[in-house]
Amino acid sequence: MLGRRNLLGVAVGTAAGTILATAPARAQPVEIEYWQYTFKERVEAMDELIKRFQAANPDITVRHVTVPYDNYRTRIAAAVPAGEGPDVVQLYYGWLDAFMQAKLLQPLPKTVFDPATIDREFFPIVGNMKIDGAYYALPTAVRALALFWNKKLFKEAGLDPQKPPATLEELITVAKATTKRDGSGNMVSEGIALDVAGQDLHWIREGLIRQFGGAPFSPDGRKVTYTTPEAVAGVTWYTNLVTQEKVSEMGFMTDQVTAFKAGRAALTVDGSFRLGAFDTQRGLDYAVTELPAYNGKRSNFASYWVNGITSKAKGPKFDAAVKFLQFVTTEEAMKLWMEKVGELPARVALAHTDAVKNHPKYGPFVRGLDYAVATDFVDESAQRKIMMDMVDRVVIQKMPVAQSLAIAATEEQKILDTRK
Amino acid sequence: MAARLTLAQKQSVWAWGFLAVPLGYFALVRFWPAVDGFFLSLTRWNLVGPRVFVGIENYRRLVGDPVFWQVLGNTFWYLLLGLPISLGLAFVIAYHLDRVRYGQGLIRALYFVPHLTTATAMAWVWRWFYQPPPVGVFNGWLVWLGFSAQPFLRSTSQALPAVLAPAIWAALGFQVVIFLAGIRAIPRSYYEAAEIDGAGSWQILRAITLPLLRPTFVFLFITTSIGFLRIFDYVYNMTPGGEGGPLNATRPLVLNIYQTAFARMDMGYASAQTVVLFAILLILSLLQLRLLGERK
Repeated sequence: MLGRRNLLGVAVGTAAGTILATAPARAQPVEIEYWQYTFKERVEAMDELIKRFQAANPDITVRHVTVPYDNYRTRIAAAVPAGEGPDVVQLYYGWLDAFMQAKLLQPLPKTVFDPATIDREFFPIVGNMKIDGAYYALPTAVRALALFWNKKLFKEAGLDPQKPPATLEELITVAKATTKRDGSGNMVSEGIALDVAGQDLHWIREGLIRQFGGAPFSPDGRKVTYTTPEAVAGVTWYTNLVTQEKVSEMGFMTDQVTAFKAGRAALTVDGSFRLGAFDTQRGLDYAVTELPAYNGKRSNFASYWVNGITSKAKGPKFDAAVKFLQFVTTEEAMKLWMEKVGELPARVALAHTDAVKNHPKYGPFVRGLDYAVATDFVDESAQRKIMMDMVDRVVIQKMPVAQSLAIAATEEQKILDTRK
Repeated sequence: MAARLTLAQKQSVWAWGFLAVPLGYFALVRFWPAVDGFFLSLTRWNLVGPRVFVGIENYRRLVGDPVFWQVLGNTFWYLLLGLPISLGLAFVIAYHLDRVRYGQGLIRALYFVPHLTTATAMAWVWRWFYQPPPVGVFNGWLVWLGFSAQPFLRSTSQALPAVLAPAIWAALGFQVVIFLAGIRAIPRSYYEAAEIDGAGSWQILRAITLPLLRPTFVFLFITTSIGFLRIFDYVYNMTPGGEGGPLNATRPLVLNIYQTAFARMDMGYASAQTVVLFAILLILSLLQLRLLGERK
């Protein structure tokens, strides 16, 4: 029988043994791999974060791998099951379903990433990443939409360059005043650059449809609900910009970003991640404001890229991955990410500081986050195409909006029905 | 034992030994994935989870998928428009180029340049050409000539020919060079004999040049057909989001396969479409070989 002293001795001995055993293990250098898609500002920001992380954790090396966006998803999906590729991976929040079904991700340990704390400290849209009470991934940054306006074009049209449209009605007035056509009536400069394949599909779905009193999907995300008269009105407002008001042409200057960058569009709706690209464009004098309201109602679309730990990371690599993930979700990392990439901090406290909230460029996006919805995608790419086709049917084939929306609803419902 | 081998046997052992390397390579990176693709078409697979055997479900889905029939139709439009136009143009150019004595090398090189240019870069330049006026070059010309501006890529009826044009243009250089080589390979003595007999240039073309160019035609027919049936980069780069729009008007089968597999992650369904494409390519190639190849 062991006496109390002996028991204590055993306990001390075991503890000492554990320390002795783990001490050399800690010194063992661990290398983990981090993957994200190639996007200049994101790569530079992550390089800087890795530098700081490694300085604080000299025994961990993070290998930063970037993959072109077009085959990013495929490369992850092919690599991880084969035991290759990333330990920590960045993925679009809309892909989580597919990645979970494929068992590519491990739940984040609740001891380090306490779900209740995350619920409290992060923007509520992050809740999409929580499955059965555990978080599977966390973002460094979140994004929302806002209205960009070209001050120079405002001035040329005799408008106050400091006063952007605050409502959808004002937007049309401004767009009409800034649309320029040549002698034969050809568009030279657009009132507003539209591009469904860009961010407009989100503006339509989570912005306009909701502002007009409709809803794109049922609250549980299982039913398409955008065939109501309210939703039809929201979409009609959008397509009218092209067909009735004639303040925009689809495909003008190939896409909305090019049109706005070239100073050929007075307005455009885009995400905070575009700030970097517009800032480096010489001669582009622009500003940002919140998405225009309708009848006092505002609605916005939020999206984010998350970092998750793949099923490849085991043992010491998993521990290192947890540490790294902890670091990239600190306020310090979020601040750096915002300054380098232009995306907003995912922690509410940081986003709601006056410096961020009243910032001339980040401010409108952060304020938009307060009334933003993140679409619960099943198949982001297929659902995007459905919206593109829906608008094309109205604009090119002159189909009534209600009819086109009905077709889209049938197609999209089929996709929602594949959800497990 | 090894010493007992005759010289011929030794030689064949060596030959097979060397052949085994490329054969093994091809079996591994070409044939096996192709065979695997066929089996894949009988499964449901999102690239990461387990493959679920579903029998001919994917093929049944194909039959009832209106988009599949549309992209299949588009694919044949690319072929039916592209093949005669590009081969016709290439032959006419080569035929006349053959008679040019001065600066032929330079002209030939100029025709060949588009073939060397990256398809993506060219597609984007053409995308700008098709812009509405006053930005787009083509519409600029049309308006200057007094015609009305055309929507081109933004029209469901004009988009397909508009995407096809740069593809034809790029293929032209290669075809012209091959035609020229074919024309040059015809012995001059035939032409001399025909001229002595008093044949006109039209007769010479019909009785000598065209029949003797048959092997060249067969080769270009098959390679060009396969090229147009597999058109991808032009469509991907000239349509918003690389989706082959507007409203699938320019979407070819290969782009549909790509989007099904690598954007929608529906590998089984994409494989089923690949099998269909393979069958089409095989049948067409055999048919063309039969129709054009024999009857020497």
